[in-house]
Amino acid sequence: MADSDVKAMTAGLDRIEFEETAFTTPVPLNEAKVAIVTSASLHHPDDEDFAPADTGYRVLKAQPRDYVMGHWSPNFDLTGFALDINTVFPIDRLDELVANGTIGSVADEHLAYAGNQFDLSAVRLDSGPAGAKFLKEQGVDVVILTPV
Amino acid sequence: MSTLAHVFEAEGIATVALGSIKNQIESTAPPRGLWCDFPLGRPLGVPLDPEFQHRVLSAALELLASSEPVFAEYDVSIVDDGTEVMACPLPPRHDPDAHPAIDEANGLRPAYERAIAKYGNRVGAGRTVEVDGITAAIGAFIRIADGVPWKEAGVPGIPARVSQDIRGYYETAALALSDHAPSAWAGARWFLDHTEAGNVVMSARQAMADAGEKQPVWFYMAPGDR
Repeated sequence: MADSDVKAMTAGLDRIEFEETAFTTPVPLNEAKVAIVTSASLHHPDDEDFAPADTGYRVLKAQPRDYVMGHWSPNFDLTGFALDINTVFPIDRLDELVANGTIGSVADEHLAYAGNQFDLSAVRLDSGPAGAKFLKEQGVDVVILTPV
Repeated sequence: MSTLAHVFEAEGIATVALGSIKNQIESTAPPRGLWCDFPLGRPLGVPLDPEFQHRVLSAALELLASSEPVFAEYDVSIVDDGTEVMACPLPPRHDPDAHPAIDEANGLRPAYERAIAKYGNRVGAGRTVEVDGITAAIGAFIRIADGVPWKEAGVPGIPARVSQDIRGYYETAALALSDHAPSAWAGARWFLDHTEAGNVVMSARQAMADAGEKQPVWFYMAPGDR
């Protein structure tokens, strides 16, 4: 079993193709509020776990950083996240980027989706726009997207 | 990830997407994409290495300066060659009357608790099976491996989720038995290839496949290349 073998299994998966590439020019980075959106199915322990084909999202508060892995796929390494949440969800690193003036601020709430989706239409049409609205209402300018 | 990038950009939020699979991030073409040739599960590359993680983030954030869609490749690769295995001493047999996998799982409990105390429960038991139920879950998979139909074996949930809890219990315990951060997949290989419980999970999975159970029921009990 090697990482490349697992990656190769994704070769035939269907993709959504977008006719046009939407593009937003951000405010200067040192003024930007940054959030993380991950497809790692993270959630807080007391929040609802992800269902097998869950197209919704969970809100990840900046505190407490007690995130647990709710992903249904067995096809990724677990120990990196187990040792250090920043391997998947680099929130401590963003705090440090605020401290050194690289970015303006870090959002108080971030989002997690479930990456193990075969039908992405609900994410595209429903939970994706809803998540964007949620972040916009917080004043988020920039999102860093992380997979597992 | 890329679908969300397109949606968020359309809603007025600038994004930069990290991707671990080159053909995937290329074909889905997020507005700003950074392919990092890192193992699955480690999009920032190296756990417990803030400097490395900052270099990855810096490369990602640099893409925000582009005035048009952009795809870039991170200049450092982390390649898993499929050979490294965590070096974890397994507990000696304690109860000769117990199945070896159940005896083993019981013997790992102190290590599991130490790891939870140190790191928190991030990937361990608790999705479907709480830690006190891990040995019973292994017992159900032993019965499947012995030929009992899975629906009659007492599996305490969807088999894939139960298997995740067992694997998570073992890989969490392994963190307390190892003196260094393991490379990616080394914990999974240790569990699947070097533990009694891993053997039970794989045997149960094979038994379900041989019995003609629906593929999604057993397939996701282990990584898909198995």
